[in-house]
Amino acid sequence: MGKTPAAVVGIGQTHHRAKREDVSMAGLCREAMDRALDDAGLTFDEIDAIVIGKAPDLFEGVMMPELYLAEALGAAGKPLLRVHTAGSVGGSTAIVASSLVQAGVHKRVLTVAFEKQSESNAMWALSVPVPFVMPVHAGAGGYFAPHVRSYIRRSEAPSHIGAIVAAKDRNNALKNPYAHLHNEGTTVESVLASQMLWDPIHYDETCPSSDGACAMVIAAEDVAKTYEAPAWIHGTVMRSEPTSAAERDQVNPQAGREAAAALWKATGITDPAREIDCAEIYVPFAWFEPMWLENLGFAAEGSGWKLTEAGETALDGGLPVNMSGGVLSSNPIGASGMLRFAEAALQVRGRAGEHQVDGARRALGHAYGGGSQFFSMWVVGSQPPTN
Amino acid sequence: MRDVAVVGFAQRQMKDFDGSPSMAELLVPILAECYEQTGWAKKDIGFWCSGSSDYLAGRSFSFVSAIDAIGVLPPVNESHVEMDAAWALYEAWLKIQTGEVDTALVFGFGKASAGVLRRTLTLQLDPYTMTPLWPDTVSLAALQARLGLDAGLWDEAALAEVVNRSLTDAEKNEYAVRAGGSSVGELLARPMFADPLRKHDCAPVTDGAAAIVLAAGDRAYDANQRPAWITGIAHSSDGLHLGTRDLTISGSAERAAAAVGGTAGVQVAELHAPFSHQELVLRSALGLADDVAVSPSGGALAANPMFSAGAIRIGEAAKRIWDGSADKVLGHATSGPALQQNLVCVMEGRN
Amino acid sequence: MTVAFDYTRSTGPVIGRFLTGLRDATIVGGRLADGRVAVPPPEFDPVSHQAVTEFVELPDTGTVTSWTWVSEPVAGQPFERPFAWALITVDGAGTPWLHAVDVASPDDIETGMRVRARWSEERTGSVNDLVFEPDTGDRAVAQTPAAGDDVSRIVTPVGLDYHYAASPEESSFFRGLAEGRILGQRCPKCRKVYVPPRGACPTDGVPTAEEVELSQVGTVTTFCIVNVPFLGQKIKPPYVSAYVLLDGADIALQHLILDIPAEEVRMGMRVEAVWKPREEWGTSIENISHFAPADEPDADFDSYKHHL
Repeated sequence: MGKTPAAVVGIGQTHHRAKREDVSMAGLCREAMDRALDDAGLTFDEIDAIVIGKAPDLFEGVMMPELYLAEALGAAGKPLLRVHTAGSVGGSTAIVASSLVQAGVHKRVLTVAFEKQSESNAMWALSVPVPFVMPVHAGAGGYFAPHVRSYIRRSEAPSHIGAIVAAKDRNNALKNPYAHLHNEGTTVESVLASQMLWDPIHYDETCPSSDGACAMVIAAEDVAKTYEAPAWIHGTVMRSEPTSAAERDQVNPQAGREAAAALWKATGITDPAREIDCAEIYVPFAWFEPMWLENLGFAAEGSGWKLTEAGETALDGGLPVNMSGGVLSSNPIGASGMLRFAEAALQVRGRAGEHQVDGARRALGHAYGGGSQFFSMWVVGSQPPTN
Repeated sequence: MRDVAVVGFAQRQMKDFDGSPSMAELLVPILAECYEQTGWAKKDIGFWCSGSSDYLAGRSFSFVSAIDAIGVLPPVNESHVEMDAAWALYEAWLKIQTGEVDTALVFGFGKASAGVLRRTLTLQLDPYTMTPLWPDTVSLAALQARLGLDAGLWDEAALAEVVNRSLTDAEKNEYAVRAGGSSVGELLARPMFADPLRKHDCAPVTDGAAAIVLAAGDRAYDANQRPAWITGIAHSSDGLHLGTRDLTISGSAERAAAAVGGTAGVQVAELHAPFSHQELVLRSALGLADDVAVSPSGGALAANPMFSAGAIRIGEAAKRIWDGSADKVLGHATSGPALQQNLVCVMEGRN
Repeated sequence: MTVAFDYTRSTGPVIGRFLTGLRDATIVGGRLADGRVAVPPPEFDPVSHQAVTEFVELPDTGTVTSWTWVSEPVAGQPFERPFAWALITVDGAGTPWLHAVDVASPDDIETGMRVRARWSEERTGSVNDLVFEPDTGDRAVAQTPAAGDDVSRIVTPVGLDYHYAASPEESSFFRGLAEGRILGQRCPKCRKVYVPPRGACPTDGVPTAEEVELSQVGTVTTFCIVNVPFLGQKIKPPYVSAYVLLDGADIALQHLILDIPAEEVRMGMRVEAVWKPREEWGTSIENISHFAPADEPDADFDSYKHHL
């Protein structure tokens, strides 16, 4: 028995900002959900189920906030699922919503992911002390910086690669009206001149802390076919591995490699760098672009930075990456992964506006979380899947 | 839809787990028991999904180290819900329905004793208009119980009967943390805790974990001689706000039951009712016949480990199919204050 | 262990209107699509899903529609002594509101009882600006609205106490630290030595077992220099946070590198544990003050490259 083909038929996102003091959590989610419903030409009454994702509850200080949000988010009276897979959650949530359709259970599913980081302090929420861990790390940056150093050592990449990525993504963000950061005039030089926060990571090579939400309507084949430009889901994948294990590769994690391999196999892709037209990849620290290019199989191990350096990942390059400005320009943590998935869908629908890649027919959405250990990805296309 | 069955189930429930909040060390023997029951190893599992809560553990990403119990190198196909593991089971069932995998192992865990549970659960309420008053969840259930008393839907003796039956049945359950029946009269003579509820009307604070193995088609017979075939699984949610729903009924449980085609023919129903009156609400919402055996395990009044108690109801019900004592059973799970979310899983044996 | 934070919440227009009302000693409801008035007003109508935009000022009196008695109050509740919670239908409202009622015993409250708000003198725009009390008929002094802008954000402290317990494997590590030793354990399956020991080997899913005392000397595999201060940080920046692969272990431990300028720390550097004075020891990794350079040549990249 085959799965029911499914497609994204509605996409909405908030205007991401450091503090969205004009809205409550419900208002934030509804801004994205209403836009997604509008885009799909649907009302809440036509939605069969709601799937919500967000990162740790300690960010907002509400345990399972979907419970109190149920009425405001149109979930009262419907099946409601809440996903939490750390930073990859936005992607995993979209995958769970897709599976509700692909399994043949529902026709139209509304999914939303959000984070209102301004309610608290992310570094605090991530650093609750436990006695056997020395409190030396300092939030996510402190966690990932040593692994970036390992990457630089292993790949012998020049030290300005991170700055190339940051300047590219910040300039892409200028073309995206929803992006949190609109930093005019960001250059490789200005990034390198910014403060060294977690050496070897500069301030401008880090993601901001944002309030924001992203929502999508995912519909079954018969419904999707009535739409002008659905983004067909060609394949989804999730893989997990431990935070720390003896000889675990933290630079090029096995879970990411295997997830990508499984995704390419499921979608019949043999040469991803050629067959994928553009990619939205979860890059919270600039150096992760070359690291994930290798992990995903777009470049050989140790040579991802060469694609970045050659401008291949720029908006006009051979493999544009993070056309929207990426996580480096907007980071509502729980929503960040779904934004990658949604931006990939926007591209194949030809609706990415100023940051549209001409003729994008197949795109990758990617998210990761925890200590580079949880991966979720999908490939969407402008045509229905053939496999 | 593919035929999917519950083929393995292991649990631990206790008053006070002396160990880490990620409970990896408790999950290890539970997973081992699942392997032993099914004859399978880690590599035979196509998908993993867990249910737990960061706020129960008191730290972000509490589920992350729990997956160590699986042994996750090489990496696994895995997901997590911030819900009871019954909903993790639902996600796994979906994954099997997509045809991507044939088998799944779901687990849930929670160390409620790490904090003051009825205070922790206050954080589930509306953060603007409710949580600042710190209403505790036992009180919310008590308000619900009184609404039914005032409306004449049940009386205190009916609640005591539920308790007496549960605690009597619990004497046969090695995992019960509260057991021992007495009489309706004796129970009613005990003092009030959250008037009109007495302590025995409220589920005991329980630590625990559980795991369930699912398999599709022939793989199910590989693992179990008499699999508990899932013939219907559905869930639904109500709003949280007490003002906009009728607390004496459960619309979400009714909808879930309707979505699985009703409960006719069910012989055993394991209901996740953390408060005695909620069993009465559920019986009616699910349309259970009078002769249905309700929660022969003792139910949630005997042990109620947060984030696995719902899955345990499904596992306990499945056991009645495995041992041939029933042909059609129902497992139910709830989540949120005053029965906000409900899941129904109907399972049948094939002769 | 206490997990506490003062959350700053932006209320949005509807909750903001309701809380501004409370600040001004007025109960504000919102009209639902079905015509009923709800208190507190929901932000979005549960049936029509539209934003609630029509507000109704209501009297501060109402009727108890359900109640319970809190025999053992918990921290944060409106009273430290036993009290009642009630569902109160404010006059003119069609839905009940959960709030506290100040009565001395459960005998003093019943369904159908009339209650009225008792407002605090100092109101901030919070549900804590009032409690309810039996309405005895004699009207209390009218409250004057507080001056100020409308309420658009509130601070809600969330504090929970947790008892942290360790797994048996972690406990053995702590006992070692209390004796000045660094104890690892070997996984019975993959034979890798873990420090701290694990309740479940992350590769094999079985507890680590055989105890292995590790050297106090090891290799810095990788590191970062933390220049940024953050809330709750225990060490003053800048400092070097490093992964130290102790001799005999198969996994690196995260710790602090001192006694060398940060810019001179390098991958492959050999370091040794420096313990705090014995009288300051507890059972925590912080018994080790930091790691300092050992008087040895740097390790070859090849010797630790599989630990990155």
